[in-house]
Amino acid sequence: MEKIYLDHAATTPLSEKAFEAMKPYFTEVFGNPNSQHVYGREGAKGVSYARETMAKAIGAKTNEVYFTSCGTEADNWAVKGAALALKEKGKHIITSVIEHPAVYTTCKQLEKYGFEVTYLPVDGEGFVSVNALEEAMRDDTVLVSIMFANNEIGTVEPIKELCEAAHKHGALFHTDAVQATGAVHYNVKELGVDMLSLSGHKFYGPKGVGALYIRNGLSIEKFMTGGEQERAHRGGTTNVPGVVGMAAALDDAISTIEKDNAYVSSLRDRFVQRVLNEIDDILYNGAKDAQKRLPNNANFSFRYIEGESILFSLDLAGISASSGSACSSGSLEPSRTLLSIGVPVGTAHGSIRFTFGKHNTMEQVDYTADRLVEIVARLRAMSPLYKK
Amino acid sequence: MYNDKVMEVFKNPQHMGEVENYNAIGTVGNEVCGDIMQITMLIEDNVIKDAKFKTFGCAAAVASSSTATGMIIGKTVDEALKLTNKQVIEELEGLPPQKIHCSVLAEDAIREAIENYQQKNK
Repeated sequence: MEKIYLDHAATTPLSEKAFEAMKPYFTEVFGNPNSQHVYGREGAKGVSYARETMAKAIGAKTNEVYFTSCGTEADNWAVKGAALALKEKGKHIITSVIEHPAVYTTCKQLEKYGFEVTYLPVDGEGFVSVNALEEAMRDDTVLVSIMFANNEIGTVEPIKELCEAAHKHGALFHTDAVQATGAVHYNVKELGVDMLSLSGHKFYGPKGVGALYIRNGLSIEKFMTGGEQERAHRGGTTNVPGVVGMAAALDDAISTIEKDNAYVSSLRDRFVQRVLNEIDDILYNGAKDAQKRLPNNANFSFRYIEGESILFSLDLAGISASSGSACSSGSLEPSRTLLSIGVPVGTAHGSIRFTFGKHNTMEQVDYTADRLVEIVARLRAMSPLYKK
Repeated sequence: MYNDKVMEVFKNPQHMGEVENYNAIGTVGNEVCGDIMQITMLIEDNVIKDAKFKTFGCAAAVASSSTATGMIIGKTVDEALKLTNKQVIEELEGLPPQKIHCSVLAEDAIREAIENYQQKNK
């Protein structure tokens, strides 16, 4: 049976270009980039290439890019580092109810240490309101952290406007751009953000590597204390193949972004159209305006049936998607994001996220839609809630 | 996370639906928790002649209801009341720890259906 991968928001396959760029750094160019000898200098060249490439791709200066072990580390560093650095100035942080756990649980942890956090609500499509942010700002607000694009429903937030609102009131602005990077061609200077997190494996780069952009002139507390790596801001031996692969992948992604986005969104649009036409009693979650939604994302709630059984039925048909319900990860709570946009709790249990990629085909889209129609009908016939 | 047996039962559940002229019905769980199980039975001369289930829930919930329903058909009411969730788990060759409650739900649904029958036939 053919396997169909529709979970690109979870991770992506490594691009050929990234793989080729990484290879030498596993074997012959193995030196520690902080060593003074020739091996070290060769490794350092790889790191320099990676930093320059990353900086160019996001519109930053080279010395504003700091490598981390993943997107979660970058988020932790940004939020905790800024909070700790500014705690004498104020202890109020603003974020949103739909943040990824990397930011959300970090804010929860800071609350235990005396910080106050305001979790801004979102509207029915997942948008944070600029006015709501303005109203939540206080004299002691030191940091605002709002995600660039949501990982479950793909809603792209008005980052530039939110950032301006934060700055107007003297607070720093961080954005978790883990899902946006590679799908939205942004420039950190145009956005005006002070900090931005990203992760290599979301744009056909390797896992285990991420980056934090920190604007020049801004000093935040260290998160990973240790040696002199990353200009003494983040200890730990640099993952040389990782940063090289991430840079090659982002460079590749940005160079073909318009073509790839057009193709991926054509797959998504066809899928959404078919599902909405052929299955009743469903919700299409997230931004309705395709311009304000990640091109790869489709998220549905199917009434009367439960997400995990849809997910496993798809899996049996060779289709890999993701359940909006956290049931499969051991929690019985449905998605915080879906509840926040007003999906009723019972309905939220029946949610599935499909995220398309550039290697998917229109045939795969049609096969998936065909199977999904059958699966939903079968599970509804089994459901005591479905009375038709 | 599930073993082959659970996936097999989930793929081809038996006894799915509603017994046409049932005289016992039990529904347990709620939509908020993400699991609802309904079992209908036809009980004659204290023997469960037929039983069917309907389930809103995860793969483990479907597999548990299908298996438990199969285990009580042909049994007397007293025998069916003795069915425990542990026996359902054994029949399924194990369930992940966070899915044990699905087997409890199946046991509860059977009990609820029999109580429903006994109430009506006091």
